[in-house]
Amino acid sequence: MPQVFHPSANTLSRVVLFGLAAGPAALLGTMMLLVRSPFQTQVGVVREQPVQFSHEHHVKGLGIDCRFCHSSVETSASAGMPPTHTCMTCHSQIWSGSPMLEPVRASFKEQKPLAWTRVHDVPDFVYFHHGVHVQKGVGCAECHGRIDNMPLAWREKPLTMEWCLECHRNPEPRLRPKDEVFVMDWTPPEGSGLEAAREANPKSHVEVGQLTNCSICHR
Amino acid sequence: MNPNTPQARARNAAARRPGRLAAAVAAALLAAAPGCTDMYDQPRYEPYEASPLFSNGASARTLVAGTVPRDDARRLPAVEDRDLLLTGLKDGQLSKTSPLAVDAELLARGRQRYNIFCTPCHGQLGDGRGVIVQRGFSPPPNYTDPRLVEAPLGHFFKVMTEGHGAMYSFAARVAPQDRWAIAAYIRALQLSQGARPADLPAEDQQKLEGAGK
Repeated sequence: MPQVFHPSANTLSRVVLFGLAAGPAALLGTMMLLVRSPFQTQVGVVREQPVQFSHEHHVKGLGIDCRFCHSSVETSASAGMPPTHTCMTCHSQIWSGSPMLEPVRASFKEQKPLAWTRVHDVPDFVYFHHGVHVQKGVGCAECHGRIDNMPLAWREKPLTMEWCLECHRNPEPRLRPKDEVFVMDWTPPEGSGLEAAREANPKSHVEVGQLTNCSICHR
Repeated sequence: MNPNTPQARARNAAARRPGRLAAAVAAALLAAAPGCTDMYDQPRYEPYEASPLFSNGASARTLVAGTVPRDDARRLPAVEDRDLLLTGLKDGQLSKTSPLAVDAELLARGRQRYNIFCTPCHGQLGDGRGVIVQRGFSPPPNYTDPRLVEAPLGHFFKVMTEGHGAMYSFAARVAPQDRWAIAAYIRALQLSQGARPADLPAEDQQKLEGAGK
């Protein structure tokens, strides 16, 4: 009786078996990588903006405090996008003829807000409150990165749930004294380890165990 | 009806194939679910979201003139003279006193707020040589100017609230109680610029001497 299968069927069957196992795994893996890649998280992607606003110039160059423009960041859910009035506080005289700032002047004249492109956008099913993070000692730079080094703003962190939870499970290494929250280049004092933050935890009533409750963010 | 012949089995297999394909696609979609974003943007406005509904393109509306707040979003402190707190006026004149008790805490708050909102132009010393002035903005007066030393406290409150000359209003950014805190701190700045070492407590005098060596 002749052989039903050619010897190459051995290889073929191995390849097929391997493919059956590895194929779905590879597919899943690719997708997992994809959702964590900048393609999905927009990390490092610079957005087109109506005015080429440079945080680097205003924060590092001029030393203007974050709160000069983002004035509700200590008390509200939203950090506060400055109204054109805030830009014009200085730009009524500084660079008042610059073509780059023409949209700002037009917005001021027409009382029509500038349409900035949101760089940090958490999904609508996530409740995020800037005020509580600032009050508990989370520095701006923990989430926004060194915004003072960004000519045009980009997203530094992925803003995925996994990333939020990293800190909500273990907030201590990312807490700082409250008067250092707005300092861009703050580093924990030498030799202090996490002591300052461990001390700050009970003082700010941070209940670490509760930070992973679903309803802390999804409400 | 299905004869068990090789041909019939092949036909059946072919008939089942679309089902399996659908199952595979469903599994792949499920795996891709973390990448699904339809719920990210729900049909409601986030703060500052644009809206085509209104002529200025913003979903947030400005308050109608004369609106009286039911709740106090700025958490105004309980004070005897609420009108003074909000207007800086006492009996129609600029007030010489603060509606808030001026203590170290208020001055610390004033210093913090001053450093955020005022230093860009007025400078940390209040000499009107802030970084924005160095870049060409019209220089504000030094706080040690006799006119300002003699000005009633309410003058500073009024300037912060309404703006003055080239200075825009800061009422939207600085709550009334913080404006009073800043006004108190401006008084401290005025004092500091004319302070004599002999006015300092003994402890600070020692520090000063130590620093001079």
